[in-house]
Amino acid sequence: MFSGYLLNTWTVATIAAVVAGVVGFFIVLRGSAFVADAVPQGAFAGAAGASLLGINTLIGLGVFALIGALGIGWLGRRGRHDVATALALVVMLGLGALFLSFSVEYAPEIYSLLFGELFGVGTAEVAPVAVLGAVSVAAIIVMYRPLMLTSVMPELGEARGVSSYRIEMCFLVVVALATSMTLPVVGALLIFSLMIGPPAAARSVTNRPYLAMCLSVIIALVTVWAAIALSLMTNWPVGFFVGTFGACCYAAGRGWAAWRRRRAVRDDMDRPLAPQPVSQN
Amino acid sequence: MSHVLSLIFAPGFFGSGPVQVALVTGGIVAIVSGIVGTFAVLRGQSYAGHALADISVTGGSGSFLVGISPLWGFVGISVLAAAVMDMIGVQRPRGRDLATGIVRGAGLGLAALFLYWDATYTSTTGATITILFGSMFTISSSVIPVVVLLSLAAIGIVATLYRPLLLSSVSADLAYVRGVSVRLAGALCLTAVALAVALSALTIGAILSTALLVGPAATALRLTNKPGLVMIWAAIIGLAATWLGVLLAFDSFYWPPARQGWPVSFFVVALVFAFYLLAQLPALIRARRA
Repeated sequence: MFSGYLLNTWTVATIAAVVAGVVGFFIVLRGSAFVADAVPQGAFAGAAGASLLGINTLIGLGVFALIGALGIGWLGRRGRHDVATALALVVMLGLGALFLSFSVEYAPEIYSLLFGELFGVGTAEVAPVAVLGAVSVAAIIVMYRPLMLTSVMPELGEARGVSSYRIEMCFLVVVALATSMTLPVVGALLIFSLMIGPPAAARSVTNRPYLAMCLSVIIALVTVWAAIALSLMTNWPVGFFVGTFGACCYAAGRGWAAWRRRRAVRDDMDRPLAPQPVSQN
Repeated sequence: MSHVLSLIFAPGFFGSGPVQVALVTGGIVAIVSGIVGTFAVLRGQSYAGHALADISVTGGSGSFLVGISPLWGFVGISVLAAAVMDMIGVQRPRGRDLATGIVRGAGLGLAALFLYWDATYTSTTGATITILFGSMFTISSSVIPVVVLLSLAAIGIVATLYRPLLLSSVSADLAYVRGVSVRLAGALCLTAVALAVALSALTIGAILSTALLVGPAATALRLTNKPGLVMIWAAIIGLAATWLGVLLAFDSFYWPPARQGWPVSFFVVALVFAFYLLAQLPALIRARRA
């Protein structure tokens, strides 16, 4: 399970989980699930194009993820945001379909791009992925305060001179970066589960941002490791486990929040009625 | 004259059986998607539509596994997913996208598993491509009656609920005061979206069917404000994109580089996007002048 050629997979998956946990926290906080879903899925077209031209897949992924993120930001300013996201996404996917129809041997490759492939990670890919991961985490740390402000209270942010449009664009670029590195392992269709399942669960456990972020990284790590281990044992696609665990995390988080709310209500009811303080003036 | 015509319509366009089936099913599906999509866009449910489309991949791959027509898989699973989404609360704006995304992730995880089984246990190669990107020219003519029936169901839902749905899309509070069951209207609308998406999954492919749902309706909303007219325009735009797409795909048979035709889905999506951008132009020019 930990033999030489799988070591790359474990390394890349670990980096991916850390980045997904950190970036995903803000995706959940900002409620930009659709964008986070669209960017990786669209980036898949870039991978198809890259394999057609015979260049490194990571470059194709990065370029398309960036174009997609910036295009969504640009189109979203002129019209409904969700419509812009949907249209940008389908255009990229349409291009992907075109590229795929040009290349000769596509079926297994496209399947692995869409649903993830454990054995597809070469030694040469580990360094770029590590660099991209470090850059995206660093970018989140640098943008932490304005990002937090515009996520929670955009109006206050504008009043303090923080352009929420510019922050949104920067954030989308980070999502694009994080996406293009996670994609080869987990697959285009399911990275997103890794990016929102763990953070959503963490958010329903605690309200403190740092703690929630740490927790979401931990849950993401456990999810990825368990998914890879199970995938190796059963030979089933890794994406299946990631998607299912993501949904389980979310369900557990919601269950926990609901249970706590109910207990809080019951505690309130059990408390003896104290005499109300009379106001003096 | 006939020379020009034969340049536009490559020889054999109208005589070809697959093309006729593609034109008929594609046309019906485009009209349904345009009409239902108007509500999806008005209610801000583009993401729900897209997620339902993605999830229908699960049904498509599952149906290859048990050997039934993918249409039933598409329809069954996306209606089921619409019910789940409604249950875990997509009707609340806050956290709606999150719930949608989680359902989509779980559905796609299953799809991955089914596709893997498709490849290992049954010897269907190319199932992935067919399901994800559609294959309009390989639709069998026997599904046309089913397509018509499901289309009528989707349009029937929207037509019956037209006024309450419109009211609850514009102002949920007002609808509630007027005695509209907002929850029920929302659930039924999501079912109609699920049907429309499943139908277009059959023609232009599961992960591209959002294009027909959202694109024409969003373009039409740029052209007019009257809800009835928006629906008609959306249907016309969707129809135009689909038919032109089929025509171009047929013509592209001798185009470089592969000389095997470009995918229909690509043309349809590209045309839908082009229409959307064109509809943006007047507003852009006005903004420039001001």
